[in-house]
Amino acid sequence: MSDRVDLRAVGLFGLVALLFVGTGILQSWNVALTILNMGLISAIMALGVNMQWGYAGLFNVGIMGFVALGGLGAVLVSMPPDTEAIAAGGGRVLGGLLLGAVTIIAAIFAWRRGGRHAGWLMVAVLIAGFFLYRAMLDPGVEAIEAVSPANRGSIGGLGLPVLLSWPVGGLLAAGAAWVIGKTALGLRSDYLAIATLGIAEIIIAMMKNEDWLARGVKNVIGVPRPVPYEVDLQRTQSFQDLAARFGADTVTASAIAVKLAYAGLFAVVLLILIWLTQAALASPWGRMMRAIRDNEVAAEAMGKDVTRRHLQIFVLGSAVLGLAGAMMVTFDGQLTPTSYQPLRYTFLIWVMVIVGGSGNNWGAVLGGFLIWWLWVEVEPLGVLLMQGITAGMAEGSWLKSHLLDAAAHMRLLTMGVILLLVLRFSPRGLLPEK
Amino acid sequence: MEPLHALVTLANFVIVPAVAYGSQLALGALGVTLIYGILRFSNFAHGDTMAFGTMAVILTTWGLQSAGIGFGPLPTALLALPVGIAVAAALLLGTDRVVYRFYRDKKAVPVTFVIASLGVMFVYNGFTRFVIGVDDQRFADGARFLVSARGFRDATGLDEPLVIKSTQAITVVVAVVVVAVLFWFLNRTRTGKSMRAYSDNEDLALLSGINPERVVTYTWLIVAGLATIAGTLYGLDKSFKPFTYFQLLLPIFAAAIVGGLGSPIGAIAGGFVIAFAEVTITYPLKKVLGYFLPESLAPDGLVQLLSTDYKFAVSFMILIIVLLIRPTGLFRGKSV
Amino acid sequence: MSRNAWQEDRGNKDRSITRSGGGTMARGTATDVRPDTTHAFLVGDSMTGGYGTGGDILHDCTIAVDPGEIAVIVGPNGAGKSTGMKAIFGMLNLRQGGVRLDGEDITDLSPQDRVARGMGFVPQTSNIFTSLTVEENLEMGAFIRRDDIRPAMEQVFELFPILKDKRHQPAGELSGGQRQQVAVGRALMTQPKVLMLDEPTAGVSPIVMDELFDRIIEVSRTGIPILMVEQNARQALEIADRGYVLVQGRNAHTGTGKELLADEDVRRSFLGG
Repeated sequence: MSDRVDLRAVGLFGLVALLFVGTGILQSWNVALTILNMGLISAIMALGVNMQWGYAGLFNVGIMGFVALGGLGAVLVSMPPDTEAIAAGGGRVLGGLLLGAVTIIAAIFAWRRGGRHAGWLMVAVLIAGFFLYRAMLDPGVEAIEAVSPANRGSIGGLGLPVLLSWPVGGLLAAGAAWVIGKTALGLRSDYLAIATLGIAEIIIAMMKNEDWLARGVKNVIGVPRPVPYEVDLQRTQSFQDLAARFGADTVTASAIAVKLAYAGLFAVVLLILIWLTQAALASPWGRMMRAIRDNEVAAEAMGKDVTRRHLQIFVLGSAVLGLAGAMMVTFDGQLTPTSYQPLRYTFLIWVMVIVGGSGNNWGAVLGGFLIWWLWVEVEPLGVLLMQGITAGMAEGSWLKSHLLDAAAHMRLLTMGVILLLVLRFSPRGLLPEK
Repeated sequence: MEPLHALVTLANFVIVPAVAYGSQLALGALGVTLIYGILRFSNFAHGDTMAFGTMAVILTTWGLQSAGIGFGPLPTALLALPVGIAVAAALLLGTDRVVYRFYRDKKAVPVTFVIASLGVMFVYNGFTRFVIGVDDQRFADGARFLVSARGFRDATGLDEPLVIKSTQAITVVVAVVVVAVLFWFLNRTRTGKSMRAYSDNEDLALLSGINPERVVTYTWLIVAGLATIAGTLYGLDKSFKPFTYFQLLLPIFAAAIVGGLGSPIGAIAGGFVIAFAEVTITYPLKKVLGYFLPESLAPDGLVQLLSTDYKFAVSFMILIIVLLIRPTGLFRGKSV
Repeated sequence: MSRNAWQEDRGNKDRSITRSGGGTMARGTATDVRPDTTHAFLVGDSMTGGYGTGGDILHDCTIAVDPGEIAVIVGPNGAGKSTGMKAIFGMLNLRQGGVRLDGEDITDLSPQDRVARGMGFVPQTSNIFTSLTVEENLEMGAFIRRDDIRPAMEQVFELFPILKDKRHQPAGELSGGQRQQVAVGRALMTQPKVLMLDEPTAGVSPIVMDELFDRIIEVSRTGIPILMVEQNARQALEIADRGYVLVQGRNAHTGTGKELLADEDVRRSFLGG
């Protein structure tokens, strides 16, 4: 049984590898490697979601938010600090944030100990705290944002190595997940989906608006890299020799070398995560998670704290999402809050997990690679298809130009159709669990 | 005069827009809540259903306009509504036939339907963008104002203007009519009662000879109407952009949950609660407070509690607070 | 339970996106092995079968009710009483045996079709529409009827006068005994040829129970044969024209209510002496 499944996995992974090799040969190796790198990141995201959905049945529709938080982490860790800005308003901002935290703690306290009017008391504390918080925070924010807003105007970061930002991105996402999970999973019934849907939008709104934090919609560019820059490589004699030995043009070779270096880093992270998740799944902890999933009532009767376990797995999965988000910002070299769209960063990851195989880590990884490849390649394929369809039409006709323009939207349609087909005909995914 | 001025300002910038927006959210949330009540899942494709129906209305409107047919002072889109609803109904029934019915036959769990609705969402979204593109489309025509700033000043002699756009008035009138018809249908007709019975107790409905497939068909038909009307009213009031409609999903879900999932009355209440909260908290209240407070206490800042981009945060906070205080929503939904 | 992949929710119980408590009623299957025995009005004849692909719960079990009769199924816990009734109603996978109503073989019909043929069924739990008013509950009971249902409703109100007073109240707000009256009333609205009650007195106080039994006798006097499963064996057998004692899915004793009450064996084994 297990042999057959393994064969299936090997075959499918081989097929995906062929897709990438084909892209390399037919398009360019640069494109193939770009897709591969994002494929690796997507696979990690899918792994994170699979932990939540596959192990515990938690329906997270706020993937985008955790990924974005991870990206924010990358910026806050790796960018150099802006001492002038921090001196101008750092203290007030910090004070404001502390005040905000105190307010929330006081509100929780009011809710728990408030007696008969707990709800109203909590609301009163929240409203009063909100005004205090704004009074403290706003001048600080203004001061920071006033520091040469065209190219700075934010606190910058800690100036630490960017690789360190990856776990920090994970931690940030984990912290947010803990707060959301604690609230949403603790309610009388489970409201996680709507909570995550909301928090993701809030995180994105925050990243767009809080310019002092990471420049908002003005974007952060030039995030430090863990790998050499192409121009530096091109100037190195040994690299020029190496490129010459492969008979490649130095510029192309440097681009490929950088991407290969990224791919290596990402692959190491992915392999470590797979190893960890597989080991966790086989451990007593993993068995308990599955026991809870398969029969929550029985698990509860045996004294397992189901809510706590769910919170645990939700935080862990979100941490993986944050890690992937930090990696993505590192790879892109920039943080652009407007680029975070739910279809791309939340629902596409869901397609990866469902298509790959819920509950199967290898399936999620496979789904990550395959769906990401499709997401990128459907567009050129769609244009080709449309060119074929419209070949017979009169040049410059309205329909022809409309169809050619619209080809770009084929990818959404395709993803939907793939999800529906897999759900219908192979509901356990390409690589089923067990 | 001062309080009156404050009231007019408040009405102008908060109450009128919030009532219109609330009506749109309420109609959207009614669709979500009906599906939740009868088909037992939250339909993630609802925002895109609204976008699709509105697109059908817009295309028909353009057709009517190019044929020189108008609706006098009213927007031509109202004439196009029946066509849009019919197209949306065909789409939803087709989707049910191709996608959801299979899972009903298999007695699939609700979360399978949720996942299927994600796929449907992608397809609708892609299709809408494929046909009409991603850009803003304005399709409101007819008279622009019911009450114009100047008309109001001349009529009342007040300094502060009150503006009511005709689209806002139309939104409220249409929403009231639609809700009245819907409630009459659900509470007074045999089919409506059978839908409520099915939502209440599926097995017993079956034992009573109620045909589930018929109930489901009626549900999709009603949802097509609600979604298209909500989407068209929103588009008339603001503008049509597929992505905006997709994003309406959050306030709509929030409204349905705040009101109590599965409860039609709750969906309406939830829609208005969310709309008023969003508009009040993201509107600069300086002017309003300036009229109420003595000069010395007049606020210096704009007193905009949160920037407009945080409107999602408002829906969300309300949602969490309501769920903490009343886990079943304001009108005891079916979610517990 | 045979589960398909679409029934796996991985333990998800997110109420913001899914609503639990969907329909559970599944249709049973039948076989051709149907020995012919009696000629009763409603008979579940030599039934053997169980739920889904699980083991058999009923073993060659026969239950019948004649016109004007009250037939009662009693027995210890887990004896298959409710299962026997569900088998007659077509919700069980029968491996042997058949069901006939008024001489007609209905073994292959779905539960809904059996309702249309004149079987009224009151489940043990969830037997009313809680959010609908009493009147609407009755209306829904008569959903399959296209003729004037007002006489039927008047008849139900005559049997259960309290329902007439509470006709505009949501049924979920009524007391336990009143809810059971709504449940029985709903089933009567189709004007069934036979009424089946699954533990109608479960969870109600003894006083209410006596009243419910009185009502059931009254219903029976209108000429409708009644088949019911009862936990309160003694009271049930007292009003029964015919009683079935089931033990482990088999007919252990059959007789009139009085005979069974008098039977040493029956008294000793579960009437408590």
